[in-house]
Amino acid sequence: MEREEIIDKINEFLVEEFEVEEEVIEPEANLKETLDLDSLDYVDLVVEIESNFGFKVNPEDFAGIHTFQDFYEYVINKAEAQSA
Amino acid sequence: MNRVVITGIGIYSSIGQNVDQVKDSLYHGKSGIGIDPERTEMGFRSAITGVLPQPDLKGMLKRRQRVGLADQGEYAYLATLEAMKMANMDEDFLANDNVGILYGNDSSAKPVIYATDQLRLKNDTTLIGSGSIFQSMNSTVTMNLSTIFKLKGINMTISAACASGSHAIGLGYTMIKNGLQDKIICGGAQEVNYHSMGSFDGLGTFSMRVDNPAEASRPFDRSRDGLVPSGGAATVILESLESAKKRGAKILGEILGYGFSSNGDHISHPNVEGPTRSLEMVLEQAKMQAKEIEYINAHATSTMAGDLNEGKAILNVFGKNQPYLSSTKSMTGHEMWMAGASEVIYSLIMMHNGFIAPNINLENPDDELKDLKFAFNVIEKDFDLFLSNSFGFGGTNSSLIVKRFKD
Repeated sequence: MEREEIIDKINEFLVEEFEVEEEVIEPEANLKETLDLDSLDYVDLVVEIESNFGFKVNPEDFAGIHTFQDFYEYVINKAEAQSA
Repeated sequence: MNRVVITGIGIYSSIGQNVDQVKDSLYHGKSGIGIDPERTEMGFRSAITGVLPQPDLKGMLKRRQRVGLADQGEYAYLATLEAMKMANMDEDFLANDNVGILYGNDSSAKPVIYATDQLRLKNDTTLIGSGSIFQSMNSTVTMNLSTIFKLKGINMTISAACASGSHAIGLGYTMIKNGLQDKIICGGAQEVNYHSMGSFDGLGTFSMRVDNPAEASRPFDRSRDGLVPSGGAATVILESLESAKKRGAKILGEILGYGFSSNGDHISHPNVEGPTRSLEMVLEQAKMQAKEIEYINAHATSTMAGDLNEGKAILNVFGKNQPYLSSTKSMTGHEMWMAGASEVIYSLIMMHNGFIAPNINLENPDDELKDLKFAFNVIEKDFDLFLSNSFGFGGTNSSLIVKRFKD
């Protein structure tokens, strides 16, 4: 899957599942604040990643993710590692 | 001791999703029963059930508020919104006052089964998702509604099988009467899905009249062949008279008594003595004579033993002074954990609109019950006082007496 395709897919499930307007999703915006995430919501991010990309991640990994760009890179790296 | 009054009611059921719709169904004897094709597919003996739409709360509640709600929590949210509106309590009022919640619920099978299926499929507990635990616990309704409405008072679920909703009102009444709380959102909720009903179906408890679902629930009729599972949610807001007057709230009725008992007998087979004691206790608590009661909303679920034994208990206690009697389960099916609360609402609707709803599908009562005063058809009648019975597995019994409010 190409980078842009992954990013589009992520944005799509964030808009659908976390009910934000697409316009508020900016690469440098803060993920937690923009999506108004609490600790429980990270569990659902894990569920969404698994159901969209077919691999499992740990909720703890989100500690190092601040912006949407961080989140994209994290998923892209995991996707690449999976297909490698 | 405080007088305890009802200032709001809300209903989401198979015979209507608000008070007005339910009023029409009760008056016209309209059945809410149908067939669930999923149950047929899953190998149920009987696929008959109460049928009601699943609410879509997107846009009404935030995602975090929705993900913890099981089906019955969604029904309960809508029923509670209707009751709050009637009671003139908005969300700011609830958040800033000291309001409690006591709701009846005794299962949340679907999310439990979904979580187990996910775990077996994925071998990863995180992938069950964040809402499951809050949907799965028996207290799912009260934990969610107390969070959504920011309630500050008593916060508890009552689990007492098919008497859960009635006991929730009885316990709310007891707390307010004794001055422990001024306002309590009471009620009962029941999930409607195949997940929760498989084993009940397996016991051969459900009616097999699959060719004519609307005629399947026939309490007290000689040809009854089992109950029809159903559900939804019913909210009854209780308040001390002093608080209701201070707020200028419209008073829909006054609770005069709560009677209860345990059969101390078989786990599923009902007896006559337990319900008799519950009826005697509620009359004593309300300081009423049997002859003063004008209408009884029966527990009668359309099972052979249950209806017969309840009928005998009513004959025992009311003797020659039989009040009008009907089981609204003939229309709604058995709303189980919700029934004790919904049937108080159905009776209040009748009391405020001058009629007694029919016990539909009742053509030939049991010989032993011929002296009961059945409402075979709708009866136009003004009345001021009713009694509602609810009984459940384990032999738990609850009876409530409600009167039209007079200062």
